[in-house]
Amino acid sequence: MSSEKYEVIIIGAGLAGLSAAYSLAQAGIEVVVVERGDYPGSKNLSGGVLYSRVLDKLIPNFWEEAPIERYITNYLTTLMTKYDYFNLEYKGKALGSIPYNAVTVLRAKFDRWLAEKAEQAGAMIVTGIKVEKLIKEGNRVIGISTGDEEMLADVVIAADGINSFIAQEAGLRGEIKPLHLAVGAKALIELPRERIEERFRLTGNEGAAYAMLGEATRGVAGGGFFYTNQESLSIGVVMRLDDLVKEKVKPAEVLDDLLQHPMVAPLVKDGVMTEYGAHLTGEGGLHMVPAKLYADGMLIVGDAAGFTINSGLVIRGMDLAIGSGIAAAEAIIEAKGKDDFSEGSLSAYQRNLDESFVMKDLKLYAKTPEFMESDRLYKQYSHMVNHLFGKVYAHDMSPKEHLVKTAMNSLKESGISLFDLAKDGIKGVRAL
Amino acid sequence: MKLLSLTDKLSLNKFLVNEGEPHIIIDKKACQTCTGKSCLTGCPAGLYSEQNGEIIVEWAGCLECGTCRIICNKKAIEWKYPQGGFGIIYRQG
Repeated sequence: MSSEKYEVIIIGAGLAGLSAAYSLAQAGIEVVVVERGDYPGSKNLSGGVLYSRVLDKLIPNFWEEAPIERYITNYLTTLMTKYDYFNLEYKGKALGSIPYNAVTVLRAKFDRWLAEKAEQAGAMIVTGIKVEKLIKEGNRVIGISTGDEEMLADVVIAADGINSFIAQEAGLRGEIKPLHLAVGAKALIELPRERIEERFRLTGNEGAAYAMLGEATRGVAGGGFFYTNQESLSIGVVMRLDDLVKEKVKPAEVLDDLLQHPMVAPLVKDGVMTEYGAHLTGEGGLHMVPAKLYADGMLIVGDAAGFTINSGLVIRGMDLAIGSGIAAAEAIIEAKGKDDFSEGSLSAYQRNLDESFVMKDLKLYAKTPEFMESDRLYKQYSHMVNHLFGKVYAHDMSPKEHLVKTAMNSLKESGISLFDLAKDGIKGVRAL
Repeated sequence: MKLLSLTDKLSLNKFLVNEGEPHIIIDKKACQTCTGKSCLTGCPAGLYSEQNGEIIVEWAGCLECGTCRIICNKKAIEWKYPQGGFGIIYRQG
């Protein structure tokens, strides 16, 4: 058995691993990224937009060279019932200006580009190799084994995604609860560029992103996402695993229903599905982040560390992955200065995270998952809002009622008590 | 838009199958005592079915999400990632 020694080994060429690799290579640290996929991005799936200000920190003016699809200028939140829908839309001029706030990406292209950047900076990227296990010396992680080969390093970064078997093996993460995970099933639909721009009211490379609640998931906790790429649309349903099991729905069928919904069908008309994928995502926010993110000779980043935020309106993961990759690299650079890669020295990673938007935002939204557990968000509220607007706009020659009375009726029809409404209102304000 | 069956959806994708090396192994004895059988509905690729009272998985079409492993309440699914380079190869993602 041969065993080469590097300064840093990173398991997984996703956004967290590659951001760490790029930052480390730029600081002149010898780093190798080991990726099980055929190429970086080949196992990855985006289920939302990339809030890209942190990418600008990593690679200034990234938009001049990165394969971004569109920058998001139109945000829509949709409350759906089976046949009706209510949209809330925001379009802001600043969102369409440099430095862009958020972009859509197709991971098979985007991750490959970031891997090339890391390689140009001096990192080594090895693909098609799966890491089987960690090599330890006592409690200290000293390298990885791929089965045939061993590789040694001062520090190993687990950037192996939401299922992170490596973080589990290291004892940093236990089994994740179904309540803290959701599965996303996604279709990629090709449509000519002009059609996309007309249908979504976009100019040039502007983009739209929808968050859909209610019937989008047949009332299962979670939601639908729908956003524009240059010449395709990404649409998917995300459902919390505990509720998916309880309701016994099939993800692919829920997605088919969504594609036929009166809001979606005209937007995807004549589109051609070219890829169908699925991926797990974190739903627990801060609750699923392990108590400790470092050990002797090891750090965990990105999805492997449970860094995702779902505020209902905004779903984030990719920006937190990049932020945590940068924080990990900075901690390792500091540790190298002291030539000390012990747990104590690598705890600088936690400090860096605490000082960055990653932990600040996770803490800010810590109460959101609890709020999002209310069944009413996925079932009754969509019904209530659509019922209310149905009444507001209907003029069927019966006498109109005062709006407050109409609203009270809609609440009653939807099975929401004033007490529930007050409770969710207070929780919601605290959570968001 | 034309809707596709699950089989047709999966056939859009690129897979490199490691023939004879399943990355999902089911403990069929444990399944006998299972009442929920969440795998039959929860798998987004619909790879699980019940044939002659046995749970079968067509692992070659696996999208590698890991849902089945988490939702199986009998812990009867031994699920690993396929060998390096094999499995789903997303071309868009």
